[in-house]
Amino acid sequence: MDRKEEVILEVNHLTIEFHDHDTPERVVDDVNFVLHKQEILGIVGESGSGKSMSALAIAGLLKRHALSLSGEILFDGTDLLTCDRERLRSYQGDEISMIFQEPMTSLNPLQRIGHQMEECLRIHHKEMTKKERYDRAIRTMTAVGLDDAEKLYRMYPHELSGGMRQRVMIGAATIARPKILIADEPTTALDVTIQAQIIALLRKVNVKRETAILFISHDLSLVRQLCHKVIVMQKGRIVESGITEEVFEHPEQPYTQALIEAIPKVEL
Amino acid sequence: MEKTSFRQRFKTYVSHLPHPGYFRAGLVITAIVLFVIIVGIFYMPYGPTELSPDRLQDPSLLHLMGTDKMGRDVFSRVMYGSRVTLLVAMGTMIIGAGCGILIGALTGFYGGALDEVVMRIMDALFAFPNVLLALVLVSLFGSGTFRVMWALGIAFIPSFARVVRSEYIRCKHMDYVKNARLQGVGNLRVIFVHILPNVKGVLLSNLLIGFNNAVLAEAGLSFLGIGSQPPYASLGQMIAEGQEVFFRVPSCVLGPGIVIVLMVLGFSLMGEGIRTASGTLEE
Ligand SMILES: Nc1ncnc2c1ncn2[C@@H]1O[C@H](COP(=O)(O)OP(=O)(O)OP(=O)(O)O)[C@@H](O)[C@H]1O
Ligand SMILES: [Mg+2]
Repeated sequence: MDRKEEVILEVNHLTIEFHDHDTPERVVDDVNFVLHKQEILGIVGESGSGKSMSALAIAGLLKRHALSLSGEILFDGTDLLTCDRERLRSYQGDEISMIFQEPMTSLNPLQRIGHQMEECLRIHHKEMTKKERYDRAIRTMTAVGLDDAEKLYRMYPHELSGGMRQRVMIGAATIARPKILIADEPTTALDVTIQAQIIALLRKVNVKRETAILFISHDLSLVRQLCHKVIVMQKGRIVESGITEEVFEHPEQPYTQALIEAIPKVEL
Repeated sequence: MEKTSFRQRFKTYVSHLPHPGYFRAGLVITAIVLFVIIVGIFYMPYGPTELSPDRLQDPSLLHLMGTDKMGRDVFSRVMYGSRVTLLVAMGTMIIGAGCGILIGALTGFYGGALDEVVMRIMDALFAFPNVLLALVLVSLFGSGTFRVMWALGIAFIPSFARVVRSEYIRCKHMDYVKNARLQGVGNLRVIFVHILPNVKGVLLSNLLIGFNNAVLAEAGLSFLGIGSQPPYASLGQMIAEGQEVFFRVPSCVLGPGIVIVLMVLGFSLMGEGIRTASGTLEE
């Protein structure tokens, strides 16, 4: 694997606190990591360890006024936590994209698939004509493994299976060729064979489009298959990180060992 | 993929409604009323204000609904009056639903202090019955067809604002909205392009019900003599004028009365037909 070690995302001392209760609740605590170009970085950890919170912070989806955010998230020399909204919005969908766990609800039930595929282009690439957008949508749909793209273009989400919707989500998230794709448990809602296909697709997106991926999952065996590096989180803190194979072969922390031992020993 | 014709799509839509029978019946009744109104634009047997010496005639082939105490042809006046009533009701809906959607969407989506203030005002307005509120407004604006339309329109804003607001509160936390924001979509586009279509199912049945209320409210106001002004009467006013001769020529009252009933019935049935449809209008 011959990747240029070019840093595209740098997270420094990211701390997120909720202030809904009397005592502030720290859900992400001094998280530091870097994401290199075309790297797949896995984040694992038990439920409630702050994985999604960190991801949402990077995607710029946390309401800044509702909780206290400190540290910095540097993308392209800009701190996403403090830059103005217009700037943040210009990155969202164009440079940084995200897909969620639930492909059933993440698509707008009343917009056609094609329309939703093109939304990022409509927002960020106003110079493109309708025809260019259409062509790009069809090509992207084909690239993410959706057959019969012309027909699908005119359909509504409820006519698609979960796996197809997740492909649409990935297509829509990558249509503008973002540098970073955040995938928050993208396969949890899918059955095992579809899971494997989606993992293969993410790998393809990573290689062909040179998109760096932040892959969040409870499923350590998926992380092991897919990710170059891995971060282990517990109670909002990073307890261990490194090259995936090394972490899996020689886990240093008892927490990591416990997580790895919990993997069901069934080879796919 | 070949495009299905509008007719075909409409048929499929209707057959997937919770109560297609109601909807079809409502559609037929509404179509009849609309037909009479549209014909009235091009042709009426007599001028609606044309006086004649044949006063208080019973219905006959010459005068389908007889004549009133000034010898005017009731059927022609009904044709004209239904047009007035329909236009006022439509205007009311455009004002009420238009402003209601705007207010409901913005307050529901943004929430916060704006929401609190605006919705408290709406609640205060909502506490009055529509007709009463319109009466107050008419007494401020003065009477006349257009003023009544505005008064009713404003009186209808709160009910739409409430419904739309609660829909936006429900929708704004949905994943697809989160997803739209992630794509860098601005707030206004999220509100009007991404969420609004998902509200249209609820909106449609409310529009039909609201339309009925508008027809009835306009008739009520005209009956009280503050709607459109004579000699150009709306249906409600014709009933008011006709009641003194009700026992001599019942059709003076029954004619306009039946049209009001048909209008309301048609829209109620259509509204009932789509009532539980949760907004999936396609396929
Ligand atoms: N509105 C909130 N107020 C207070 N605490 C919250 C709020 N939302 C989330 N949290 C807390 O933030 C912590 C981190 O949540 P997060 O969703 O990041 O976990 P996660 O690692 O993604 O878990 P999972 O694997 O279940 O998705 C949780 O302990 C949760 O209780
Ligand atoms: Mg999570």
